[in-house]
Amino acid sequence: MSITLAVTAGILFAAGTYLVLQRLLTRIVVGLGLMAHGANLILLGAGGEPGAPPIVGTADPATFGDPLPQALVLTAIVITFGVTAFLLALAYRSWALTAEDTVEDDIEDRRIAELRRREHP
Amino acid sequence: MNVLASLPVAIPFAAVGLTLLAWRRLALQRAISIAATAGSLGVAVALLIAVDTDGVAAVAVGGWEAPIGIALVADRLSALMLVAAGAALLGVLVFAVAQRDTDEALRAFHPVYQTLAAGVALAFLTGDLFTLFVAFEIMLTASYVLITHRARAGDVRATMTYVVVGLIASALFLVGVGFVYAATGTVNMADLSLRLADVDPAVRTALGWLFFMVFGIKAAIFPLFFWLPDSYPTAPTPVTAIFAGLLTKVGVYAIIRTQTLLFPVEGASTFMLLIAGLTMVVGVLGAIAQGDIKRILSFHIVSQIGYMIMGLGFFTVAGIAAAVLFVVHQIVVKTVMFLVGGLVETASGTGRLRDVDGLLHRFPVIAVLFLPAALSLAGLPPFSGFVGKLALVEAGFDAGRWVVVGVSLFASLLTLFSMTKIWAGAFWGAPSANLVRRPPSTMLAATGALVVLSVAIGIAGQPLLELATRAASDLLDPAAYVAATLGGGA
Repeated sequence: MSITLAVTAGILFAAGTYLVLQRLLTRIVVGLGLMAHGANLILLGAGGEPGAPPIVGTADPATFGDPLPQALVLTAIVITFGVTAFLLALAYRSWALTAEDTVEDDIEDRRIAELRRREHP
Repeated sequence: MNVLASLPVAIPFAAVGLTLLAWRRLALQRAISIAATAGSLGVAVALLIAVDTDGVAAVAVGGWEAPIGIALVADRLSALMLVAAGAALLGVLVFAVAQRDTDEALRAFHPVYQTLAAGVALAFLTGDLFTLFVAFEIMLTASYVLITHRARAGDVRATMTYVVVGLIASALFLVGVGFVYAATGTVNMADLSLRLADVDPAVRTALGWLFFMVFGIKAAIFPLFFWLPDSYPTAPTPVTAIFAGLLTKVGVYAIIRTQTLLFPVEGASTFMLLIAGLTMVVGVLGAIAQGDIKRILSFHIVSQIGYMIMGLGFFTVAGIAAAVLFVVHQIVVKTVMFLVGGLVETASGTGRLRDVDGLLHRFPVIAVLFLPAALSLAGLPPFSGFVGKLALVEAGFDAGRWVVVGVSLFASLLTLFSMTKIWAGAFWGAPSANLVRRPPSTMLAATGALVVLSVAIGIAGQPLLELATRAASDLLDPAAYVAATLGGGA
């Protein structure tokens, strides 16, 4: 796996993790997209050295690139695309329902805060 | 006979297409959906019998032989899981149709439900790590639609958490697949079990724990369970019931499959037992603190996952057999518990314990359905939970792991306490004024059928444990699995 691919995947994961930890839903969606791209790069890098297009009859089979990771990445990209579209629809739904894009506090946290307010007004 | 191994996936996918074609005709959709689910259950039973007598069945999809092509492999564990899942899917589907509002509110309910069924079946049957990823995605995407479609303003956050956590786990799963491919050059699990043995032990251990974490998120083990109790109760009853019964257990199945086939270890794993103990105790303590039936039950899902991980953690035939039996018992019992929770909500309009009283006097039939399931969950004899827990405890004693066994018994006691809390809160007392609507008989019958099945698991404990023991010996000695897969389908 080349160092460029590895570093790029690392940067994508770092940026993705940072964005997922934000409170705006749209940023979380972008962050998840970046993480998925990072995962795809790792999968692509797992195929080893680049080579000739793996089409029978065009070159010596020994010089072919490994086609399997590319097929896997293609599947993964399609899945990510579908799920990201769904997530964007969900973010829009949340915005339509609550008129804001931020993620609320945890349910249990809110309940505990409520209890505290009642006991120590 | 090998064709049988592809039908549990093919039937639900065919039903997806047919129910989509019958888009505007709900009655037809319902008929197709129920027929397909019943058919899948029948096939699963036939498959279990065939696999138990003739050994592992493998199909090379599209005629491409493993390890190049994708293999569907049915061994005793897969077939047993398929039967339990099929029973739960059928019971919940009948309940949903009887309840009416779930599939009337979401036209796409039946296609999505069948997609979920197909994803679950594919996850149980696939012999390929990447196809396992695809199966998880099929199942989870269907579950995203089911859990979010009725989410109100307050619920969107919890369902959003569910989706985001699911996606992060999927990204990590993909990374794991990439690493495994980089290390070995294959994603076929049977092939991997041979090749991973030659990989540097440090790399292999790291990969093993990466997969344990990924499936642990799906299975909701400690400390990766926080998404579950918030999100599950927001969905309509049939959806919550099938999620509770199946989705986390598919995660447990994946843990059992990968840890035994790909990353076997010698002797018990103390780390896994530690996780198991914490999952049990933290889950049950969370349940005790709650005041809403569905939230109580959601924390119990987490708690019971701990028992399954404990059985696997012993890494003996007896331990894994007990874990397998426990998963089967949980699929049925957890589904029943949530259906009963739904019946309480139908009868009273709420699931908050302090707003419901005296169900026992007003609708005794709900109490009759609740009691065996609750006692089974707590592990009292002669119900199915007792058989599973007894097997786990015996396996723990054999492995000499006294501490975690003690913790599991303590957690059982707390589970019983939590069940009596529901019983005292909702069933005893003078009937409250909101007990107005008698649930339709079909809903009661669907729940009743699963209760009978759960009691039957308890009565047939010995033969089932023997079957689970055979399944566990297959898992610890995967030669037959590997040979059947790599030999290609007939």
